[in-house]
Amino acid sequence: MSKSQVKPPLPYSARDVVLPGDAACHGCPIPIALKVLSAVFGEKVILVVPACCTSVIVGTYPGQSLRASIIHVPFASAAAVASGVAQALKMRGVSDVQVIAWAGDGGTADIGMAALSGAAERNEDLIYIMYDNEAYMNTGIQRSSSTPLGAWTTTTPITGKSEHKKDVAKILVAHSVPYVATASVGYPHDLYSKLQRARSIKGFRFIQIHAPCPPGWRFDPKYTARIAKLAVETGFWILYEYHNGKITLSGPSRPLLDPSKRRPIEEYLKLQGRYRSIAPELINSIKEYIEDNWSWVKRYLL
Amino acid sequence: MPRVIALTGNHAVAYAVKLAKPDVIAAYPITPQSPIVEKLSEMIESGELKSSMIRVESEHSALAACFGAAVAGARVFTATSSQGLLYMHEVVHWASRARIPMVMALVSRTINTPWNIWPDHSDFVDQRDAGWIMAYAMDNQEAFDLTLQAFKISEDPSVYLPVMIGIEGFILSHTAMPVEILDEKQVEEWLGERKQPYIVDGSEPLGLGGLTPPEDTEDMFYGIQVAMEKSKDTIRRVDREYGKLFGREYGGLVSCYNCSDAKYFAVAMGSWSGDLIEATSKLRDEGYSLGVVRVRFYRPFPHEDLWGTLRGAKGVFVFDRAISFGAWGPIYTDLVAGLLQYTSKLPPVVNVVAGIAGVHVGAEDFYEVLKSLIGQVESGLEHGYFKWVRVRR
Repeated sequence: MSKSQVKPPLPYSARDVVLPGDAACHGCPIPIALKVLSAVFGEKVILVVPACCTSVIVGTYPGQSLRASIIHVPFASAAAVASGVAQALKMRGVSDVQVIAWAGDGGTADIGMAALSGAAERNEDLIYIMYDNEAYMNTGIQRSSSTPLGAWTTTTPITGKSEHKKDVAKILVAHSVPYVATASVGYPHDLYSKLQRARSIKGFRFIQIHAPCPPGWRFDPKYTARIAKLAVETGFWILYEYHNGKITLSGPSRPLLDPSKRRPIEEYLKLQGRYRSIAPELINSIKEYIEDNWSWVKRYLL
Repeated sequence: MPRVIALTGNHAVAYAVKLAKPDVIAAYPITPQSPIVEKLSEMIESGELKSSMIRVESEHSALAACFGAAVAGARVFTATSSQGLLYMHEVVHWASRARIPMVMALVSRTINTPWNIWPDHSDFVDQRDAGWIMAYAMDNQEAFDLTLQAFKISEDPSVYLPVMIGIEGFILSHTAMPVEILDEKQVEEWLGERKQPYIVDGSEPLGLGGLTPPEDTEDMFYGIQVAMEKSKDTIRRVDREYGKLFGREYGGLVSCYNCSDAKYFAVAMGSWSGDLIEATSKLRDEGYSLGVVRVRFYRPFPHEDLWGTLRGAKGVFVFDRAISFGAWGPIYTDLVAGLLQYTSKLPPVVNVVAGIAGVHVGAEDFYEVLKSLIGQVESGLEHGYFKWVRVRR
């Protein structure tokens, strides 16, 4: 990236909301996402957090590494509890606080799916954020439905996962909710503008943040942003916004509609130990999966 | 003005909830509970009740939504039955351990499999260790009164625990009886504004339920036990207060019938206590010295009240409409443990489990069983025992 392309820093101060001294692993993508969140909402948020890495990252009672409100809730219940909080605030006339369900991929794509679908269908007035580190990282890297094909996990220890990643954003698009976006910790400015956009919309809003996990994906903690960007640059993770029935590709993904502009998927895979013993035919299958995703996105393009 | 109308148990609960004016209601349909939520939906859509109704996709989400709303400062209500209660069980614990006041109506129905929609107490007693105050009504008027009192007890600062009110499915839920509906203004004055120990509404940063070390967690759970003990006085006070204001006082945690001069006692909970009272009246006419103790509150367990009534008894017969497979009826177990807090010498305490899965047990059945049990004690029975009476007609 040339000097002229350097973007201004996001408007948050490091010690305002996301305080130093949390319990995240080195290179963890979650505090990155939380900092972007704090740049948009400050401390006027209520995070509804089911069992996930964030439950631990924010620290031990009576301390808390976020200067914001957090309600820790049962694994399957993030969207339902957040619905209740949002309805209570509405009934009590509290309008300056944003209710955000903040859940991992297990709490969203697996155990929380029914509650998520219910809240989406009811068009509850809240933002649901799924930070997607593609496995049950907090319990020790077990496979989730959001784990991609071929990835090693502790419950797919020899052959890797034999199914493709469940596409939760696509499922939410199928619910026709007011706003769906995909984002990545590799592109904080893009995430920032998506949160700003979500903030300006009423009803159910869903953002899925791709979040590379150093211990879970088996890479050096210094590569979190690099791998997040590679996921986008290879076309594996497509950044877009869905609003009013249409999809708009986000800046980093826009040129990649042309497959020749995408970097080879191998560049993304080879940096991650979880793909170390992936079979060549699975790499081909991933390539087909990428093409299928782009074809789907194209159908909704403006 | 108060007025008396014919209401099913379900509608009696709904009318009480209407007077409590919850901000948020969340529920999922299940037989035999559904008419409660249907009635409340009708009240909301017609504009009689200003509540937000969250029509969730499961019972787990129903209680989760209530939990979220209550934490954020709303008075909340939900209702369920049987499988629904079991499905929300995780959140049942979550709510009480967070010390968040809320009210749930449980319309009892036995537990599957096989499919069976008829009532016993197995769903209710299954929540025994969850930290909720648990009460069970005998008739529709009591269902109404207890539901209103539940909000008062739950939101009392010495308690701050959720409250569950049980009624039997169909026997009460779908049977109409005359119920006195109270005056809205009077109830509003008595019940007052929503009270709770904390509110997470974003007005200040606040964390609820994060990772907590063992000692702090144990302290929190000890607090629940202390609150349970204190709630006994609150329950008695609310019962007296309600009696003075609205004319019905039930005796606190237990109701006693013909207990003052009785030598033998039958103990039961729920609607079949009515049949039991009928049977004992007949037996008293025949000269048997028999009283009935009706357990109204199962948690906190009213061991003080039971000892106060049962001390000196020649025999105690505990009727349980639930079974802890491999052991005994749940009220029996607690009652024996409770009495042993006061004495090492118990009279024969016999446990009769019956009426499981909705099997009808009538006054005539109680009559036969009690007559036989008293006969056994009179002829020298020294110890209690367990008996599952399977009534077949």
